[in-house]
Amino acid sequence: MPLLEIHQLTKAFGGVQALAGVDFHIDEGTIVSVIGPNGAGKTSFFNVISGFFPLDSGQIIFEGDNLAHHEPNEITRRGIARTFQNVRLFPNLTVLENVMVGQHCRTKEGMWGTILQTKNQREEEALIEEKAKDVLSFFGTRLTGYRFDQPAFMLSYANRRRLEIARAMATEPKLLLLDEPTAGMNPRETAELTELIGKLRDDRRLTVVVIEHDMKVVENVSDRVVVLDHGVKIADGHYDEVSTNENVIEAYLGRPAEAG
Amino acid sequence: MIEMRRVLRLGLLAGVSMSFLGSIGMVETFNERTLIDPILRMGDLFFYGTLLTIAYFAARGEVNVLEQPEVEMGTGTLTGAGVGLVAAAFTSAFLVLIDSVNVLEFFPNMDQSMIQSLTFEQGIPIGLLLLGAASVVAGALGGLLPALSDRTRKSIWLVSGWVISISLLEVVVADIVESRTVIRAIYAPGGGLRLWSAAAIAVLVVVLSRRYEGRFGSFTTRVRESDAKSRLRRSLIALAVFAAIVLPMLLGGILNELLINVSLFILMGLGLNIVVGLAGLLDLGYVAFFAVGAYGTAVLTSPLSPTVSPELNWWVALPVVLILATLAGLLVGTPVIRMRGDYLAIVTLGFGEIVRILLLSDWLTPIFGGSQGIRRIPGVQVPFLGEVGGTRPELFVYLTTIFVLIAAYISYRAQNSRVGRSWAAMREDEDVAEAIGISTVRAKLLAFITGAIVASFAGALFAAKVGAVFTNSFDVLVSIIILVVVIVGGMGSIPGVVVGAFVLIGVLGGPKSPGLLQEFAEYKLLFYGAILVVMMLKKPEGLLPSVRRSRELHQDEMSQDAWLDRDTGHVLEDRLET
Amino acid sequence: MLPRQVAANSTTTTSRTRRFRFNWVDGFLWFIRVAAIITIVVGLTGTIQNFMAGQGPSVEQWRDLFVSSISTGAMYGLVALGYSMVYGVLGFINFAHGEVFMAGIMVGWIAATIMFQNGLWDGNPFLALAIVLVVAMVTSTLIAVLTEKIAYRPLRGSPRLIPLITSIGVSFFLQYAFAGLFGVGLQTYPPPPGILSRDINVFGVPIEGTKLLVILVAILAMIALWYFVAKTKTGRAMRAVAEDKEIAGLMGINVDRTIITTFAVGGAMAGVGGLLWALLFRNVQFITGFLPGIKAFTAAVLGGIGNLPGAMLGGVLLGLFEGMGPLLVLDGLGIPAVSQLKDAVAFSALILVLVFRPSGLLGERLGSEERA
Repeated sequence: MPLLEIHQLTKAFGGVQALAGVDFHIDEGTIVSVIGPNGAGKTSFFNVISGFFPLDSGQIIFEGDNLAHHEPNEITRRGIARTFQNVRLFPNLTVLENVMVGQHCRTKEGMWGTILQTKNQREEEALIEEKAKDVLSFFGTRLTGYRFDQPAFMLSYANRRRLEIARAMATEPKLLLLDEPTAGMNPRETAELTELIGKLRDDRRLTVVVIEHDMKVVENVSDRVVVLDHGVKIADGHYDEVSTNENVIEAYLGRPAEAG
Repeated sequence: MIEMRRVLRLGLLAGVSMSFLGSIGMVETFNERTLIDPILRMGDLFFYGTLLTIAYFAARGEVNVLEQPEVEMGTGTLTGAGVGLVAAAFTSAFLVLIDSVNVLEFFPNMDQSMIQSLTFEQGIPIGLLLLGAASVVAGALGGLLPALSDRTRKSIWLVSGWVISISLLEVVVADIVESRTVIRAIYAPGGGLRLWSAAAIAVLVVVLSRRYEGRFGSFTTRVRESDAKSRLRRSLIALAVFAAIVLPMLLGGILNELLINVSLFILMGLGLNIVVGLAGLLDLGYVAFFAVGAYGTAVLTSPLSPTVSPELNWWVALPVVLILATLAGLLVGTPVIRMRGDYLAIVTLGFGEIVRILLLSDWLTPIFGGSQGIRRIPGVQVPFLGEVGGTRPELFVYLTTIFVLIAAYISYRAQNSRVGRSWAAMREDEDVAEAIGISTVRAKLLAFITGAIVASFAGALFAAKVGAVFTNSFDVLVSIIILVVVIVGGMGSIPGVVVGAFVLIGVLGGPKSPGLLQEFAEYKLLFYGAILVVMMLKKPEGLLPSVRRSRELHQDEMSQDAWLDRDTGHVLEDRLET
Repeated sequence: MLPRQVAANSTTTTSRTRRFRFNWVDGFLWFIRVAAIITIVVGLTGTIQNFMAGQGPSVEQWRDLFVSSISTGAMYGLVALGYSMVYGVLGFINFAHGEVFMAGIMVGWIAATIMFQNGLWDGNPFLALAIVLVVAMVTSTLIAVLTEKIAYRPLRGSPRLIPLITSIGVSFFLQYAFAGLFGVGLQTYPPPPGILSRDINVFGVPIEGTKLLVILVAILAMIALWYFVAKTKTGRAMRAVAEDKEIAGLMGINVDRTIITTFAVGGAMAGVGGLLWALLFRNVQFITGFLPGIKAFTAAVLGGIGNLPGAMLGGVLLGLFEGMGPLLVLDGLGIPAVSQLKDAVAFSALILVLVFRPSGLLGERLGSEERA
């Protein structure tokens, strides 16, 4: 059974139909890219799945349960985490704190434990810190060492993107939604991140959906590619099939002018 | 170069400000206090100090606060003097006008004594000449300041600060040092420092500051950046606790009363700090929780409580009050869960007012006593010491200190925990916090409840201390004063709240109670308003900000450098240190 | 770009509508809704029963109360305009607007007293009132513009809570500055000239002269404002800046000057409101601005913040709620001394509106930056 199954997902914002009956599925342990021209509804797709916006109609079946109309924090707790197109970190928290916050939904110590400093609380805090550091080490040494205590707003652009992924990873998701993770990165950083996304699947056994514009990344990273245009899925398959699909090319480039 | 337009403009501003200070009677009232006998009275300090400050900015020019402008001594002095002249001209014209036209019907403070107070008791016309001369001098001094070296300026600043502080704290010093001879030696009989003691302090300050130059600066930086568990922090905290234990023994009854007030505000400040500083929820109706604590205790412990009168022991009533506070926190927090910040502020203000109106109403008089309030609230029963209430302030202050320490501990622990992080995340970006798996509903309710509980502690203590509760102690003024304390001290910062409370409540006074200096009583709220505005414009992170907060509010100044130093490692860190 | 309709829901920090899933928060909110409705229904029934039985206020008293409430509401509406406009353009609640209002009344009192003393007040009442009006408007405008320049302009672009907190400071400062200047006592306006104290017959309904004047002045002011905002170049600039500051600037509009104008117009309207207060209540004190200020803000939100007709509508509705609510509903519930609770009713209205319909009755109009 696929990890995530989406049936006829529909969402309109006032007069604009962002998603018009999208069907989608993804199997565990695979990476699927979602591509499409601007305004195709890709980010809305993520927004609705993650609960950021409520859907108008349709079903989002994750591990057998319909997650439609759940609160975002609930959905994250179930195992779906995401990053944002315009990196939204907590700018004044340190690198380490940003990632530790990700552990919130996997831990439970509350006010009592905090005040009384119970053994459980102290152990949990230590565990949170350890897991956060472990997640950060996934990115090599870029975000480790003295970086732990740097406030997030001081990071370079590429590091911010990496931190956001780290934070999402810290929620121990089963499904990770990455929204344009390589946007704005130079070729070297892009290649590095492409490799890391692969490692997410292979080493950390995550299932990943990636929204991307960079076709090289799509080609290198995806097991499957889904194309959206105007809120509708117009292609779904391996990169080679999709990249030569007429409808897809037309969606990006437009129909050639009629001759004569 | 001397810019005539600026001199004119700022001179006029200074003149208006000075006339204003005179018109509200502040100069007259403040002049009852001598700072340095016989040359400096407090009223004159404010009067000419305002001019000096404006002249300073005039000479400085319109430059970015971060840059240090190059001001030539002569230019600066002349500019300042010019400002002084214009200001004096305006003020003189104003005084002449007031002298000839009787406006007492409309402006009761603009009487002959006002004129006297502004003219060194010489009246018109001689006094005006004096006024002019003093203005020119004050302006010139103000204009000279930017031209001086940083060191000199800092010394002047330090000397003024210390001299004025020691002069103002005469009451405290007198209370602690019980030897009349010593006091008489330092202070003049009519109040204020003697000339020689002021000079001595000045010399001492200059000498010490030069000797330990730089070391103090690095010390404060070390304190601020120090790890929470470091020995430095711990010794400072131990010192503070020691002071808290020893101070009440040295002070007399009145000052201990003041200390109790300050402590209660520290307590409430800590509570509001959790709601506003940590969780980012601007609660303008915080006084409602204070009222729950106070009235709850009153109803449960006082034999005069109408209708419901179980006459419980204060300690037994406390858990009940805590439960009531929790309910109140839920009641207020739930409707505002999905509201954006400013609406939340106004709605909580509304809640606060509704509580006050209901407490005052005839409808609920059978329970709360209406406008008569509830009296004869017993003090707190302490083993071996009997009943401790407002009649024994020197003991009661220890009670409040204990609760302050508890609240400080709770805040401190909460800040660096999972709970605190979820609040910080929510404060930074609520939507993303939700997306990360934080239930903002729970986080917000927890913040409200914790804040409510702390406030209700303060309320319970207040009720036991005063022995009676009346609704006029629970209006929106109190909520706002607490907010000012938190902001001035530093949002999210525990030492900040303590310092803020001491400086504001201790010196200026609380909303219903006087501070150290009686003269401020009429004008304290004016000061509160002005201080709040100035803080927001100049230093919104507060006096003793938490490191996080100053980052937050000066982000744009810092992160630009971050871009330039991508991945250059420690270089960035070093740059932070300077 | 998302169309305007989204703005209707975006007053919550996260736009979500809950369906199908039970949730303590929503349950509690439903409980409040139900409780409010039940309270109102039971209260109304009680009042109607009383009325039928010949107890409670008479028809004439109800009528007078209605007129009173509308006239007070009209005044709230005018003050609400200032809140609405500033919120629409700069996105924050200007706490100090209540003091802008109070300043006009205070200085107007000076003018009124002088005129009373030299006989102009009784001699030529409409001229006297016109002079008071001008004095109040000028004062309020001046204070509004000064506060913008000193306290708010440096904070342009800050997160919205910062100017809000600053405006609280400004509010305090102004209150106590006026207390220092004028003293803390209550200052009374000279009694209204004879014509106004009498009842005037309007379509067979006797309305007290002052109240009628208040309503007329309010209507005139609204018309003048509408004309200004809709037809003049400055008014168009105001609307453009309210819509999108940045783009308006790029289109060649002097944003700073337009914002000053916005404050000025809001202040002027508050000045008119001040005259109305003087007519209705005839006294003023340094704290006079506080409660009406909050109520005017409630009116602004009730009608839809940023929305000028909404502000007026909100004002009138609020006047009715607080004026007639206690007697209509609370009295029927058997609560004693309901007029004490008038302010509580106003605050409850504020809370109910912001919890259940924060976009207001006529929808809010916010700038592009403020739309969530």
